[in-house]
Amino acid sequence: MIRVETAGKLAENVMHFARLLRAAGLRVGPDRVIDCVKALEIAGSQHREDWYWTMSAVLLSKQEHRPIFDQAFNVFWRDPKLTEKMMSLLLPKAHGRAAKPEQQQSQRLTDALYSQKKPEELQAEKKEFEARLTFSSREVLSRMDFDTMSAAELTQAKQMLSQLRLPLPVIKTRRFQVHPAGIRIDLRKTLKESLREGGDVIPLVRAAPAELHPPLVVLCDISGSMNPYSRMFLHFLHAITNDRDRVTVFVFGTRLTNITRALRHRDVDVAMAKVAEAIQDWSGGTRIGHSLREFNWRWSRRVLGQNACVLLVSDGLDREAGEGLGEEMERLAKSCRYLVWLNPLLRYDKFEARPAGVRAMLPHVDLFLPVHNLKSLVDLARTLNGPLTRNSQEKRAWR
Amino acid sequence: MPQPLPKSIDQTQALLAAGEYVADRSLATSLFLALAMRRPLFLEGEAGVGKTEIAKVIADGLGRELIRLQCYEGLDIGQAAYEWNYPRQMIEIRLAEAAGEKSKERLAADIYSEKFLVKRALARALEGSGQGTAPVLLIDELDRTDEPFEAYLLEVLSDWQITIPEIGTLRAAEPPVVVITSNRTREIHDAVKRRCFYHWVDYPDARRELEILTRKAPGAAASLSREVVAFVQQLRKSDLFKLPGVAETIDWANCLVALDRVTLDPETVNNTLGVLLKYRDDLERIAGDEAARLVTEAKAAAAA
Repeated sequence: MIRVETAGKLAENVMHFARLLRAAGLRVGPDRVIDCVKALEIAGSQHREDWYWTMSAVLLSKQEHRPIFDQAFNVFWRDPKLTEKMMSLLLPKAHGRAAKPEQQQSQRLTDALYSQKKPEELQAEKKEFEARLTFSSREVLSRMDFDTMSAAELTQAKQMLSQLRLPLPVIKTRRFQVHPAGIRIDLRKTLKESLREGGDVIPLVRAAPAELHPPLVVLCDISGSMNPYSRMFLHFLHAITNDRDRVTVFVFGTRLTNITRALRHRDVDVAMAKVAEAIQDWSGGTRIGHSLREFNWRWSRRVLGQNACVLLVSDGLDREAGEGLGEEMERLAKSCRYLVWLNPLLRYDKFEARPAGVRAMLPHVDLFLPVHNLKSLVDLARTLNGPLTRNSQEKRAWR
Repeated sequence: MPQPLPKSIDQTQALLAAGEYVADRSLATSLFLALAMRRPLFLEGEAGVGKTEIAKVIADGLGRELIRLQCYEGLDIGQAAYEWNYPRQMIEIRLAEAAGEKSKERLAADIYSEKFLVKRALARALEGSGQGTAPVLLIDELDRTDEPFEAYLLEVLSDWQITIPEIGTLRAAEPPVVVITSNRTREIHDAVKRRCFYHWVDYPDARRELEILTRKAPGAAASLSREVVAFVQQLRKSDLFKLPGVAETIDWANCLVALDRVTLDPETVNNTLGVLLKYRDDLERIAGDEAARLVTEAKAAAAA
């Protein structure tokens, strides 16, 4: 620490650099700033390249952040004038009329550099909900289609959704824990128990495989045709994302967006605002095959490890008429433990697997369920609570 | 013989080069810092880019013992850190009984002594045998294990100690050199990453890959090596599910040598493409015309 203090100007600059990175969304704690100053001293090199790699080793923890880091590094350590300007900008209440940033700079960095700190926009009005919903109104509401609800009913439905939990089944892990009817003997605990008795008797302590919820990956269609449902479903997703860890949520229309971080916000309205900000293709066309391909190529290996279950929410109406969709569905099904397709169109009794997209997707899903009203979501929770086996009866019966 | 740690980035680079590992400046910098500041080095990257090899080369170059902990799902303390030798403990209890030992405390103290402790990778890495000889601990494919084990690692990686409830704390006199690798099949928690220096091991550029090939596949003719590298570099620009790593390049070059080829031709490439590409879709995409086109391009690039 003493060395850090003597480093004086350097430490201060590193601190400001770290603040810039933090503002651009990188997680750089004060511990790393101290490490960074020490590392720069130890590296002791005046080369710009060594300087760069030293900082990247200490301050970076994800390859995705490198472009932001690169730009921040270039801006900060090359142009001292810009640096000064930026530092003054970062200080509270010291806004000047900043020059327009260069075009090439990424939006995130630009925001971090030039955004004026605006106070969190507080909710103008807080909606009060009727706490005592009568049983019958709740019942009616839960059977009503999202499509036909009035605004007030939607609000109520949202409230009910926020109470809903998705009890995904647990799966056995390879880790053991004490269990009276376990299949293994926990020798360590057995011995401990035995010693408590003085070593005369050896009471066996048994252990069984620990059980754990598998990770959940949700792929939600937000194209125009899904509009009435996807908004409601996002509320549901917000509830389950905050209910437990290891949930990853993607939305897709014509492109794939990972909105997990946005949904993590406890407050549902803030979370929804962040989601809306992140999504660029809301209510547009659908390219299911393309989006699934992007998921398979870029994300599947990162989020489908450890026996993940996948919930695919889509009506299966594909703009590209199912081209390449079958292959991508097959790959998706093969790389996850269990694939559930939730389709709002299934509420119509006459629904047939006529569209090319639906026909291409159907052979690969393990479970095909309706998801058009609250009741169907509750049913979904119930179905998922049962034992999961691949290609279960429901789907076969439907076919 | 244990060697002292390198004193500069240049020395670190020389150390890696002496172990036949062709490293770029960025890796040497991260490694030097990790060694100098006694922090774990966290290596992330696609399969087959030489992450595990780095640990082996460091252990070799520094003349230290390499302790490898291969991670898998369900890895627990008993397999990673330490375990009590239960059969021997049981016998000890019976012996004590036979000798008429009645004091529970004394019995417990006897049973839980270090001679009954079986040390696994983490405990052995912390043990060390004296100054300047701390081993190299390789925690391989950390992404394969689960979150509870990651959490357990936190104590080991930040305080260099393991707490054994029965006897106390096992503390390292000198922290081991720790290398953690991950294939990124899931994200490692920030708390672990925070304690480490991070390095993304990327695919090498053509110049470096050629250098690697010269060292690792010395049997290949210089012209063949150039063509192989040019071909693989072109291949990595294609839209593939799994890009070939350096390990695949080396395997392929050795294959071609075994087949007595001195230059690439489309037929041989088609027949041996399975060494480079491991997914059927990828093979279908490349085999045939695309392979022939890439061979022509590779030859032109190698000749230039």
